Amino acid sequence: MEKFRVEHLNFHYGDKLALSDISISISDRRITALIGPSGCGKSTFLRCLNRMNDTIRGARVEGRVLLDGQDIYARGTDVVELRKRVGMVFQRPNPFPQSIFDNIAFGPRVLGLEGDLHQIVEESLRGAVLWDEVKDKLKQDALGLSLGQQQRLCIARTIAVKPEVILMDEPCSALDPIATLQIEELMQSLKEEYSIVIVTHNMQQASRVSDFTGFFWLGEMVEFDVTERVFTRPAQRITEDYITGRAG
Amino acid sequence: MDRYVKQRMGFAFLTACAIAVVAPILVVIGLIFIEGAKAVSLEFISAVPYGGMKEGGIFPAIVGTLILTVGTALASIPVGVAGTIYLAEYARDTWMTRAIRLAIVNLAGIPSIVYGLFGLGMFVLFLHMGTSILAGVLTLAIMTLPVIISTSEEALRAVPMEFRTVSASLGGTRWQGIRYIVLPQAMPGIITGIILGLLRAAGETAPILFTVAAFYLPQLPRSPFDQVMALPYHLYVISTQVPGMPMSVQYGTALVLLILVLSMNLIATVIRSYFRRRRQW
Repeated sequence: MEKFRVEHLNFHYGDKLALSDISISISDRRITALIGPSGCGKSTFLRCLNRMNDTIRGARVEGRVLLDGQDIYARGTDVVELRKRVGMVFQRPNPFPQSIFDNIAFGPRVLGLEGDLHQIVEESLRGAVLWDEVKDKLKQDALGLSLGQQQRLCIARTIAVKPEVILMDEPCSALDPIATLQIEELMQSLKEEYSIVIVTHNMQQASRVSDFTGFFWLGEMVEFDVTERVFTRPAQRITEDYITGRAG
Repeated sequence: MDRYVKQRMGFAFLTACAIAVVAPILVVIGLIFIEGAKAVSLEFISAVPYGGMKEGGIFPAIVGTLILTVGTALASIPVGVAGTIYLAEYARDTWMTRAIRLAIVNLAGIPSIVYGLFGLGMFVLFLHMGTSILAGVLTLAIMTLPVIISTSEEALRAVPMEFRTVSASLGGTRWQGIRYIVLPQAMPGIITGIILGLLRAAGETAPILFTVAAFYLPQLPRSPFDQVMALPYHLYVISTQVPGMPMSVQYGTALVLLILVLSMNLIATVIRSYFRRRRQW
């Protein structure tokens, strides 16, 4: 089933065209990986999906981004509501300098979600496979956790607001291989419930975890297909060159 | 020369500089404590002055300074903090906000006597408040605001942008991000700014000279339109305007002012460390 449908998306930073004519369909309960060299626009594209680029001055968006058929750039869109539905995990683990509990509870609190806060916190931490490690120290400072745990905490914090889509912007680039593997396993269980879009520099990671892969090159989406096909029989020469390390 | 010898000489020089900085302060405080202690008694801090202010105590001046400081806090903290949040978090970077920032930085450096004259012209005369607590408090508040604003803005800007972004990504409004994440983080810095501003207000003579301070007024104020005595002005008066004033009374007054200021500082430091520990809601 289709979650996001992007039609002819252009993104301008002032005079610079950062994304040009992107059209893509993102499936529900699947993992879509976006790969490409630095500066190719994949992170910019990701941030277009929950309008995190809105605050950048001189930024301008053209085209349509449909979430369940609704254009999120249409007039009158509630951006706060949109971000509740489309959560985000960032490159560097960035827990708030508060307790583990308060980190998870932040989203439900600001959104005024109904329900037992302790239960939401526990469910979210279980969902991020962190509960067993932290259940006895929920009141402790989140910054005392290891980086890998912090990143899973950030994922738990994101799923605490019960989003439909999770955007991940190179979530493993600050982590060691073991922590990376834990996040990748976590993603496999998360995709049962969520649609996941991940930007990654790591092509092995893209081929390991994702169902679909989009390849960005100089602000354009050169190729988009089922992951297996992109990595074994890419349609474009440039994709093959990049994947095999000859370009980029 | 041996590089280790060089290093030792360097450290010796730096240590000497550090001592040169601290020593005069310690000597001043020590002298005031030793000399002032002779004058300070229960009567000194609880009685009104009489006999040309050479006898009795300085109770009205203590009360006056407390009133002025609390009044200044009430007048300056809400406006200062709210204005800072606007400037640091909401205002766009235009020539207007840049001009405001520049003005605030410059205002913080203006001599206090200028504030005193402004207060006289603006509050005492133009707004017909007369020489009163109200006029004095407003003058002190205006002097305190730039200090509060410039330090608090630093504190807000020191909170990483990332936290605001994360808050937004979790569906928080801009205000919720500020209220629950940014402000608690910046609180120790904001409180430091408030302390610095208020301590200056408590110890200054010039701004209250024309706006509120009474030369001799044994009874306590009844309304915001009364005058009060104040410790710094009282100290100035008994040191320069009253011939034959015993030195011990001057030292005693200085000691009380010092203790008052230092204890306010201590209370504020306790509050600040409380906020440092408890960065959550």
